[in-house]
Amino acid sequence: MSTPGLTLPQATNVAHPSGARIIALIKQAGVREIVAVPDIVTSDGLLWPISRDPELRLTRVCKEDEGVSICGAMSYNDTRAILMMQQTGMMDSLNAIRAIGVDYKLPVVMMVGLQGKDPSVHPDRSDAYGVRIIRPVLDAMELSHSLIEEPDDVDHIPDAISAAYAASRPHIFLIGRAPEAL
Amino acid sequence: MTLRRDDALKALIPHVSDDDVVVAVYQSCFDWLALNPRDLNYVAVGAMGQASSHALGLALANPDRRVFVLDGDGSLLMNLGSLVTIANAGVSNLYHFLGANRVYEVNGAHPLPGADVVDFEAMARAAGYAGARSFSDLNQLREGLPEVLSAPGPQMSVLEIVPGQAYPRNYDYIHSAAARESFRKALNARRPTPLLCRENPALRRTAAYFWTRTERREN
Repeated sequence: MSTPGLTLPQATNVAHPSGARIIALIKQAGVREIVAVPDIVTSDGLLWPISRDPELRLTRVCKEDEGVSICGAMSYNDTRAILMMQQTGMMDSLNAIRAIGVDYKLPVVMMVGLQGKDPSVHPDRSDAYGVRIIRPVLDAMELSHSLIEEPDDVDHIPDAISAAYAASRPHIFLIGRAPEAL
Repeated sequence: MTLRRDDALKALIPHVSDDDVVVAVYQSCFDWLALNPRDLNYVAVGAMGQASSHALGLALANPDRRVFVLDGDGSLLMNLGSLVTIANAGVSNLYHFLGANRVYEVNGAHPLPGADVVDFEAMARAAGYAGARSFSDLNQLREGLPEVLSAPGPQMSVLEIVPGQAYPRNYDYIHSAAARESFRKALNARRPTPLLCRENPALRRTAAYFWTRTERREN
């Protein structure tokens, strides 16, 4: 679910995470499958590079809840996957995440771009209602999540992915600043 | 011409090998579980409409297995984009069977929107499936199944069905941890016979011998 007409807020004087480093850490965690609906926050820095990476298989889906099911089903033989989307699509997929991730206890790992967020403002303090409510919604659903904004925030990616698969539960990386491709 | 769902499922049973995964939903699932109980039946799709997407995940992650999905027409209408996703994903091991009874059967048998006009075969073909056929008669289905299953997927078979005998609806089982765990164990218990060997008994025996020796060495 994209939101037409809205554009990516321009970066101010904040540092952005490296998309190349995120991809390297995803691979380090044993992920080779990416399932995605395009998201403007992660498009240039992550999804386009992923689409050209021969070590990763990208499955483009029409709607985000398809991806929840695909990643959940893949986990039955320990195939690790990441579902990429923006927060609007995640909100549209909450019932699938509830059923497949939480009720069925499957390790669906998601990387979610926070579209409409000011890069210099924490999501909980965002002027945008659709951004401000995301972490409280995830907390209400008892979903594990972490925020990636600063360059060093990416360091926890492999451990968070491995923890999700070890515990067989979802984890959501919220991407608050557009990754740079390099 | 009428095609009862239980008769259609019975016709499919001889074509499902021990290595195949079957993803089934709603009444087709309950009927299938009664008619052909097996550990590689995948019953936990979680949310209505998601069976085809679970099947795609299984097909992508298990390219050496065939994945059958016994879907419902109301379910598919909730996830129509999955037809395009599946057709674009490059899976040749996915076989989509759509029980088209034109109603939301387990929710009071209310009619689908467009129940009289929706053409699922055309939708699958337009989405890019490798093949799509419709069946409304049991003999026609029996004759057509070998051709459908010998063709590379994704293949859509629309079954224009009437209910037939209905088996008990055990929702507790399909949502149970036990059902998921038995599927997981079966999926990972042993390597499947290579797809090319399935239809040839001599090759099948050779492959079984090879895998047994390989697994013994690895253990």
